[in-house]
Amino acid sequence: MWARRSDLPLDHDAPGRFLPWLIAFMVYLAALALAGMLLLDAMAARWDTGMGDTLTVQIAPADSPEKDALRVRATLGILRSFPGVARAQPIDEGRLMDLLEPWLGPGGATKDLPLPRLIDVELKPGAQVDAAALAKRLAAAVPGTAVDDHGVWLERLIRLIRTVEALATAVLLLIGLATAGTVVFTTRTGLSIHREAIEVLHLIGAQDTYVARQFAGRALAMGLRGGVIGLVFAVPTLLGIGYLATRMQAGLLPDVSLGPQHWAALAGLPLVVAAIAMVTARLTVMRTLARML
Amino acid sequence: MTTEGSDCVVRFESVGLRYGLGPEVLQDISFALAPGSFHFLLGASGAGKSTLLKLMYLALKPTRGLISLFGHNMATTSRRQLPALRRRIGVVFQDFRLLHHLSAFDNVALPLRVARVRENEIRKHVVELLTWVGLKDHVNIRPTILSGGQQQRVAIARAVIARPKLLLADEPTGNVDDRMAMRLMHLFEELNKLGTTIVIATHNETLAGRLGHPRLRLDAGWLDAGTPDQQAAGKTAAGAFAAATSKSRAEQSSESAV
Repeated sequence: MWARRSDLPLDHDAPGRFLPWLIAFMVYLAALALAGMLLLDAMAARWDTGMGDTLTVQIAPADSPEKDALRVRATLGILRSFPGVARAQPIDEGRLMDLLEPWLGPGGATKDLPLPRLIDVELKPGAQVDAAALAKRLAAAVPGTAVDDHGVWLERLIRLIRTVEALATAVLLLIGLATAGTVVFTTRTGLSIHREAIEVLHLIGAQDTYVARQFAGRALAMGLRGGVIGLVFAVPTLLGIGYLATRMQAGLLPDVSLGPQHWAALAGLPLVVAAIAMVTARLTVMRTLARML
Repeated sequence: MTTEGSDCVVRFESVGLRYGLGPEVLQDISFALAPGSFHFLLGASGAGKSTLLKLMYLALKPTRGLISLFGHNMATTSRRQLPALRRRIGVVFQDFRLLHHLSAFDNVALPLRVARVRENEIRKHVVELLTWVGLKDHVNIRPTILSGGQQQRVAIARAVIARPKLLLADEPTGNVDDRMAMRLMHLFEELNKLGTTIVIATHNETLAGRLGHPRLRLDAGWLDAGTPDQQAAGKTAAGAFAAATSKSRAEQSSESAV
């Protein structure tokens, strides 16, 4: 496909000179969309597996600390004997105060404040625990307990992420179509500019593929050049966004930095765009020439 | 000279051509060229010589009639088959049609590159031919720098480099002096001896007369069979067909007179 030399002066066409810059812009946008999509995908997978194996049991406060301790002990006894539970650990009061501090302010949560006791439950990997049955059993033994399996909010969050991912995929497809459209336009312009030279090539026996190969080779080169330029601009942007996200997450978001596999996927973007440009140029030339004598 | 049957290199039967809704610029053209023949196509400016050549090198399609090249009926030949046929035809265009961004070397090399000849062979043959046409020192020069005569010689070199089976030349000596014109004609004759069928369109009667090859004469879109003496001597375009054309023209002329 790669043309070593060209019989047509395609490099001197004015519309063709802008092609690498247009492709660079497309690749820049595509890199941002792809990076976002990959990160969201990784995040959703991590939440799905990380949060899916835990439960939180909440025990309503009783009228004395002694009764609270008894209720916690009874709950732990049931939990530790329940099938599928790997570990059940009460969250100590100090940790509970730390969790409430952002909402109540320093010293806002005192020992006088009636707070529910929380038990962090870790399930055995792959275990299917019936959260509803567990909640029923706990409520019967220790009234005022509630089981939170994170399922409802996790499901909504993952649905949201998948929707954003679908949008990012649509953006990528649109960028691909826009790139192909730009190549079709510049190729048709090139065919029009070099119509006489192409006619001479035809008259001396050149096949359509001979002419198409020259346009395709040039589109491949332009696509690669533009793709690399776009990626060069996208990398610092992504690193900057990653740096800001790391500073802002403050424990609320999981790690959002790009891994080696993500960078490898981004590095493949110029190749994909160049391939789209090459195939589009070839098809455009073949279809246009088929209408000529 | 074989003028009938499928072994003809070129065969026209009642070919007519008009542009759009205008009058026919070529009318009832019928002739056949045998392999290895050499013809001059004579006629005044505007007689239709270039148009007739365009039909022969497949740059135009006739509006009526039958054209056959190398035994292929052009009406039933697919577009995909055309490149192979065109590679057997060398053309010297009247306006040269050189590619101005390429050097003289690359222009001449084009037919070989299109035919995927190896680059070392291309270099050898192209330099040899450019030397022969007196352009040894202009191998890497672009056509825009060359004079009209030099461009014409590059165009001729490009037409003959692939040793075509049919060579069509439109005023190939129009921009060169008499000495170079004769030299180029000898090149065509050498090619002819190797089996190439040659048609040279020219308005230079003197040159055609000097070489003595048979003549096709176009007059206002009609093909003339030449003089009876030439017909008898087999020196006209294509005996039977040309004679038939003369007859049809004579009939039409008498009808118009009535």
